[in-house]
Amino acid sequence: MSDTTEQTGGAKRNVWYDPDARLKKRHAADMRLRAYGIAAIIFALGMLATLIGTILITAAPAVTQTMVTFEVEVPEGSVDPDNPSGASYQTMLNASIARIFPDVDTPRERRELRQLFSNGGQYQLRDQILADPSVIGGTVSIAFPLSDIGDQLHKGVIDRNLPPDFRRVSDTQIGWYDVLVERGQISAPLNWGLIFNADSRFPELAGLKGALVGSFYALLICFLISFPVGIAAAVYLEEFAPKNRLTDLIEVNINNLAAVPSIVFGLLGLAVFLNFFGMPRSAPVVGGLVLSLMTLPTIIIATRAALKAVPPSIREAAIGVGASKMQTVGHHVLPLAMPGILTGTIIGLAQALGETAPLLLIGMNAFITAAPDSMFNPSTALPTQIYIWADSPERGFTSRTSAAIIVLLGFLITMNAIAIYMRKRFERKW
Amino acid sequence: MSATTLLAIVLILCLFGYLWGRGNAAALKRSGQGMHSIPAYHGYFVALTCGIPAFILVLVWLAAESTIVDQIIIAGLPAHITDGVEVSRMSLILSEIKSIAGGRIFGTPDPALLEAAERYNSLRGMASLAMVVITMAVAIAAMVFASTRLSAEFRARNRVDGILRWALIVCSIIAVLTTLGIILSLVIESLAFFNRVPFFEFLFGMEWSPQIAMRADQVASSGAFGAVPVFWGTIFISAIAIFVALPVGLFSAIYLVEYANKRVRSFVKPLLEILAGIPTIVYGFFAILTVAPFIRDLGMSMGLSVASNSALAAGGVMGIMLIPFISSFADDAISAVPQSMRDGAYALGATKAETIRQVLLPAALPGIVGGVLLAVSRAIGETMIVVMAAGLMAKLTANPLEGVTTVTVQIVTLLIGDTEFDSPKTLAAFGLGLVLFTSTLALNVIALQVVKRYRERYE
Repeated sequence: MSDTTEQTGGAKRNVWYDPDARLKKRHAADMRLRAYGIAAIIFALGMLATLIGTILITAAPAVTQTMVTFEVEVPEGSVDPDNPSGASYQTMLNASIARIFPDVDTPRERRELRQLFSNGGQYQLRDQILADPSVIGGTVSIAFPLSDIGDQLHKGVIDRNLPPDFRRVSDTQIGWYDVLVERGQISAPLNWGLIFNADSRFPELAGLKGALVGSFYALLICFLISFPVGIAAAVYLEEFAPKNRLTDLIEVNINNLAAVPSIVFGLLGLAVFLNFFGMPRSAPVVGGLVLSLMTLPTIIIATRAALKAVPPSIREAAIGVGASKMQTVGHHVLPLAMPGILTGTIIGLAQALGETAPLLLIGMNAFITAAPDSMFNPSTALPTQIYIWADSPERGFTSRTSAAIIVLLGFLITMNAIAIYMRKRFERKW
Repeated sequence: MSATTLLAIVLILCLFGYLWGRGNAAALKRSGQGMHSIPAYHGYFVALTCGIPAFILVLVWLAAESTIVDQIIIAGLPAHITDGVEVSRMSLILSEIKSIAGGRIFGTPDPALLEAAERYNSLRGMASLAMVVITMAVAIAAMVFASTRLSAEFRARNRVDGILRWALIVCSIIAVLTTLGIILSLVIESLAFFNRVPFFEFLFGMEWSPQIAMRADQVASSGAFGAVPVFWGTIFISAIAIFVALPVGLFSAIYLVEYANKRVRSFVKPLLEILAGIPTIVYGFFAILTVAPFIRDLGMSMGLSVASNSALAAGGVMGIMLIPFISSFADDAISAVPQSMRDGAYALGATKAETIRQVLLPAALPGIVGGVLLAVSRAIGETMIVVMAAGLMAKLTANPLEGVTTVTVQIVTLLIGDTEFDSPKTLAAFGLGLVLFTSTLALNVIALQVVKRYRERYE
């Protein structure tokens, strides 16, 4: 009892006289700071996990595409192989659909029935007949996508237990769909169309082919320009440049250029490349030019670091046996610095691949339904395609946007993994 | 013949020049003369003298050809078409001529236009033929000239080194040219904009509604270009972002440097860096897919009305993006504080927290401030997150649950799908771009200064 009075009394009198309580407080403060740190890291990593998790979950429905299979009769003389665009493939398709649903006869019902199937079926029928004209006069079996609502219904994204007014599929449509399922005409294979189709207004037909080709061209141009120019600039600044006003200016410039917002490069591309030089709008070549200007500082900075890491003894030895300065750099210093330069280049290209804003300004968000034939044709790029799809109202585009993001992240992870591998594999301690 | 094939031919000519020069020099060497340079350098010399002028010529030609041809076509148009026509109408006429020349004829065009289209085609044909002929002539002449200079005393290695050195200088000047191009294009277009909208009205006006100015014949067609609400939105969203990123980044850096053991650090640090590597478009999609609905539902459950494009959602997601940025700068700054200062504090009996608060943070403050300034500049210039998640309407509000717009959002919306270069609407984007460029540049310069001075203190 006397113990407790002493303690409380002591604490009240002056904290200095109770080292235990004060120490406890100080340690508590220490634990608090540690807890804040852990909480901050958990928050950051939790957000990373949420981001990746939601993208993966929303992308899951896009892994498969619901297809419907029909036996389509192709009457003799309905298709002229020499003039294939004259035939009505939709009529043939409608006929085979009508055979399964003979009691659909009002225009309204027919329209509702058509809504269940993708608009792309007729083109697929055309391509299949043209690929094998011997089917004319017989039947051909084609599998083509269900429409967005059919696809969503199959994947359970549209809840059929909701009252009809709250879902986008009517009861009759669900009935038809069930008939097709019973007849075994519905399947859900892997969604290769997502990679191999070009863009489309219909989510079930939209794919990334055009965006992948466009991004490839843009990155190719970006690499072809920024890699040699970046190395040359870095070699000059690191190995040759005298210390004077001009070199200082260039140095300050490069450092600041690395921090200029990407959208400003888009403005530059718009004003200089499109408006002044009259280059084609939406073309990957212009995108590549703009991206190369953005990547240049990254590559220069990485190359300079790699050149700095090569010990001076190498240079002195080369000069000692009679090499010129240029030969020393070209034959000895650059090859030794190459792993570091390549690592920096890959990281710079990965950044360029994910860059969206400058490409938007030079018009690479155009709606284009075919992959570009050359780097001068209008095209989209992977990130701008994601932007277009994210902006589209159809439900099916949400999962496709996520799937496209996974494709993009896949490329970025691969590129960064290569860079890390190269750094680890070729890193050399002198 | 396309420019690509022409460049390929020039490359082949270079190779030929190399072999020729080397062959000549080797012959000289075989004849027993003492050579200054090895034969390969003679070859390089011929190849470079042949290739560089030809290459530059092709580039200049490609850049200038279309403009010159356009000028010739305009000059050749009869007076009844060109009289009193504005620049914008002129470019429409030009594109009509070009589409006729490309074989896409709509309706019945003016015969003068048809004629111009024919002339356009013949001019283009002539121009590309002339390009091929002149380039080849220049390349071959240069090659012949170079090969006449080859001799035993010729200092080929020195000459090649000199040429290469100039090439290196040109490459390093490209960075300066880029900056110059940015400044010039922003300033020129902005001046055109300030000719129509007074500078101070733009900078201090309180009303922003540029979309009104889409058509000239419309009521109130001038639009309103007072950018204060846009600037406010940018500052507001950036502030929210820093509000999220600063504590999280700083505390995680403190933990990783001072508390965590090596294994945790080597595991957590790369994971945090992933956040920096994710493209901003992904963050933007994350904001509209997850964060904005979450904030809206949360606000609704508390009885608040939340806009679907609230500043909170955009700023919060931007803050997540900036976490690794601040944490790595803080990490560097705290790690750079000399160990002796820690040891001194511990020797006086300070706990870790006390050491951090009273010794390390004050010492590392300049580095951290520099990092935060760079993060602010990132936030101001960040585009895709706000384009997707923030609003379009310029509003002066301090309520984070309402939507505000930013400079970058306005630039994108003003320029998407519009190529006309003379409406105040598109020019306004360049005015905003100029403000964006100067403010981020100022922040970067200050931040780099601060960080540099801090580094000098401990080196």
